[in-house]
Amino acid sequence: MLTTAIFVPLIVAAVTLAIPAKHAHLARPLAIVTSFVPLVVVGITWARFEIGDGLQLVESAKWIPSLGISYSVGVDGLSLPLVGLTALLFTVSMVFPFDDLGKSRPYYATFLFLEAISLGVFLALDLILFFVFWDLSLVGMYFLIGVWGHGDSQRSALKFFLYTLLGSLALLLGILGIYLYTEPRTFDMVEIIRTTPVPAGGVAATLIFLALGIGFAVKTPLVPFHTWLPPAHVDAPAPASTILAGVLLKMGTYGFIRISLQMLPETFQRFALPLGIVAVVSILYGALVAMAQTNLKRVIAYTSVNHMGYVILGIAAAGAIGSGSDASRSIAMTGAVVEMVAHGLITGALFLVSGSILARGGTYELDQYGGLAGRAPRLAGITMLAAFASLGLPGLAGFVAEFQIFAGTLGVYPWLAGIGLLGIVITAALFLRMIQQVFLGDLPVRWDDWRDLGRAELFALVPLAVLVIVIGVVPSWLIRVIDSFSQVVARG
Amino acid sequence: MGRAAVDVLPVLILAGGAILLIFYVMFVPRALQPWSALGATLVLAAAGFASGWYLGRVPGITFFGTFAADRTWLWGTLIIIVVTALAAALSVEWFRTDARQGEYYVLLLLSALGAVLLAGAVDLMELVVAMLLSSVTGYTLTAYHRKSRAATEAGIKYYLIGALANGAMVYGIALLFGLSGGTSFADLEIGLVDADSTALIVGFGLVTIGIAFKLGAVPAHQWMPDVAQGAPAPAAAFVLVAGKVGALIVLMRLAIVLPESAVGWRPLVAVIAAATMTLGNLAALWQNDVRRMLGWSSVSQTGYGLLAVVAVGRSDLAVSSMLFFLAAYAMGNMAAFGVVVKLRGLTDRESFRGLGSTHPWLMGALVVSFLSFIGIPPLGGFAAKLLLMGAVIDAGYTWLAVLTVVNSAISLFYYARVMGPAYFDSAAEPRPVMGSLASWAVGIAVVAVVAIGVVAQPLASAWEGVTLLTG
Repeated sequence: MLTTAIFVPLIVAAVTLAIPAKHAHLARPLAIVTSFVPLVVVGITWARFEIGDGLQLVESAKWIPSLGISYSVGVDGLSLPLVGLTALLFTVSMVFPFDDLGKSRPYYATFLFLEAISLGVFLALDLILFFVFWDLSLVGMYFLIGVWGHGDSQRSALKFFLYTLLGSLALLLGILGIYLYTEPRTFDMVEIIRTTPVPAGGVAATLIFLALGIGFAVKTPLVPFHTWLPPAHVDAPAPASTILAGVLLKMGTYGFIRISLQMLPETFQRFALPLGIVAVVSILYGALVAMAQTNLKRVIAYTSVNHMGYVILGIAAAGAIGSGSDASRSIAMTGAVVEMVAHGLITGALFLVSGSILARGGTYELDQYGGLAGRAPRLAGITMLAAFASLGLPGLAGFVAEFQIFAGTLGVYPWLAGIGLLGIVITAALFLRMIQQVFLGDLPVRWDDWRDLGRAELFALVPLAVLVIVIGVVPSWLIRVIDSFSQVVARG
Repeated sequence: MGRAAVDVLPVLILAGGAILLIFYVMFVPRALQPWSALGATLVLAAAGFASGWYLGRVPGITFFGTFAADRTWLWGTLIIIVVTALAAALSVEWFRTDARQGEYYVLLLLSALGAVLLAGAVDLMELVVAMLLSSVTGYTLTAYHRKSRAATEAGIKYYLIGALANGAMVYGIALLFGLSGGTSFADLEIGLVDADSTALIVGFGLVTIGIAFKLGAVPAHQWMPDVAQGAPAPAAAFVLVAGKVGALIVLMRLAIVLPESAVGWRPLVAVIAAATMTLGNLAALWQNDVRRMLGWSSVSQTGYGLLAVVAVGRSDLAVSSMLFFLAAYAMGNMAAFGVVVKLRGLTDRESFRGLGSTHPWLMGALVVSFLSFIGIPPLGGFAAKLLLMGAVIDAGYTWLAVLTVVNSAISLFYYARVMGPAYFDSAAEPRPVMGSLASWAVGIAVVAVVAIGVVAQPLASAWEGVTLLTG
């Protein structure tokens, strides 16, 4: 069943490309309808998910048995929420109205391809399968930014591809390192997690951990590997930015948990503190640099660096086996995963909104706008909701996540948590300033005929907003699933 | 004798077929010349069937200890035959108006024969014969458009470097012969055990220069970009690939028989690999001529392939990684050059702008071959790089794997300089293209590139523990 979530979009992507030119308008409805297949699969999976069973609904087939490579997919409390997030974000990004420059067939085909690939990354239970999906996500995003981006999009697309390819090749070295220690040789993730074959404490373990770490840090991104992110976001089309921030960045943090932490637990524990420090640097750096930006998308891009810092801080605390209590580490891990979901929803919404603003105003420069709240209440409402959620207002999704991350980290690295909290203060300031600049104050005369959000835009944005509130108010359905994973990991 | 002849049946078919074809070309009228392409293809098919049949009953060392008809040789032969057949298919329309086109296919067969002999050589004398046959035909194929300045220039450069490298090799062979008292690899293995290590490394180094020339490896790599740019595009595709298949296999055989302790051959090959991949990549970076860029990228690919030789004897992945590399590289290169041929030799980077929308299939093929060169999964190039890096890490040369990673990332840059504008810039006028035979060749090569990665199991199980004999 999980396999259909991957292969139906993949097959329909090929079909979309084959639509005759005179029926090109069918590409969009076909893609949107197809994107509901993974959503339905996620719904059924959630219903059938047994808390406490670990990896489940596994489907596997032989692929290259001579090399220990198999096709194997399944879900647990870590991947299920991310799979759900992925399916939802792809549907709303395709629903969101977008000028595809008359190339609607390749546009929607690329989107479906990327959806299949992204689901594959979170579902894969074989390291090579994981890596196949991981690397193909770069190819898909490269073309999305390059073909449908604006500004200096060719350069940004290439920068994105180069940086993340270097990262992913480092990841490949790490994967090979693990593989060469398995006996008999296998890429089976379940088996590797169970046996943790790499001997702890040696030089090899350190090198493998660093190679994996660089791979994931580039994708997450962590300072100082983040420099590809702002140009990619600024020049990407809004729906692609949503996917980039909402789904692709999560692959990095997912990798930190699934591979670095679960496959090399002792080594992770040795490096937990340095990783936590890098996370806090990312938190503060992302927030401070975001503060200095005048371009709406750059602001959101840098707050992504900041938010992914929270996630990594939580993961670092959770992996510091031996420090703090099992309970606090478990809470930190749950917080990190909830933050991944929350950031996907919130930042996804913010990037879509920025697309709406660009479509109407033609620029991302904040000082070109003002007083839009009166003219466009729906736009203002959704933006403010997302912004408040992002800065961690209680009652919204971001708060649930950040509260747990900091509560958990306090029990492990109290002073890191203390410094990290400064990040929340700074993001609060910058979001309030952004809202003030764009929505409050005087409306420039030329925006007198500003249109509020249309129906298609609302179809895309409202589900995200609703989920942000639901997770903020009644998070238990989500936390229950994630906890089933966190508690196992926190025990070590 | 009779048995020995049967053991090398594919070789005999290629040689006999080439001779028959010479007679055909000499005596039939001009109007019937184009059929020589079909004749060459039939010869290749027969040799291919013979090789495939021998996979079931491998002859082993034969021909008085000079030839290793083992599984690695059979697979290498099959790769060379497929490459030659694809090159022939790409050539038909390219040479349609050439009155001398019949001879071209004869040269193609003889050059393939040279590469096949190289892949099976386990004797230094046979190595020389194979090397010269492969090289001499290569020079001629390169300069086949004798009225084209670019082609003759490339041919002369290729020849000068080849003469120098082959001279060095023969001198090295004399040294090895003097040290060991024999020319077969079996003699070397016994005779070199107590040899003076300085003389041994000099001898091996000189022989390596000769093999490096065929491979397009540092320090005898300079001809590759020139040939890629100047030679007739189908001939360039062939010359770049076929010799490399034979040379890499024979280098691996030679490396195995050298005594490990006394000679630093492994570090030597590692340094050559590192220099080759890095130089090839850096030189490709700013090329505005797509064919020249492909030539430099071929140099860098050679560097990756040499990883297998570095790992031989220390990792059980070495031989299978080499075969994966050769197959994936050969098919990727045929696809990329096939696209250039199909676009009638189009080579200026600027003229690829917007072709993504006017020629979606061709650009798709080009992108697949480029992504395979970079090592993007699940394409053949990825399977090759995965195994190559696994092999060198296994052999204790992790730094080479790291360098491979850095180089792969750099290589994206120059591939993207062609790929990006093709898709990101607005549509140009459709370009004139060649007929459907070239399309078939490109299509087969692209499907092979994808299949080597996606349906890798049959190959992986066939190449797991594949034999590599040395006499």
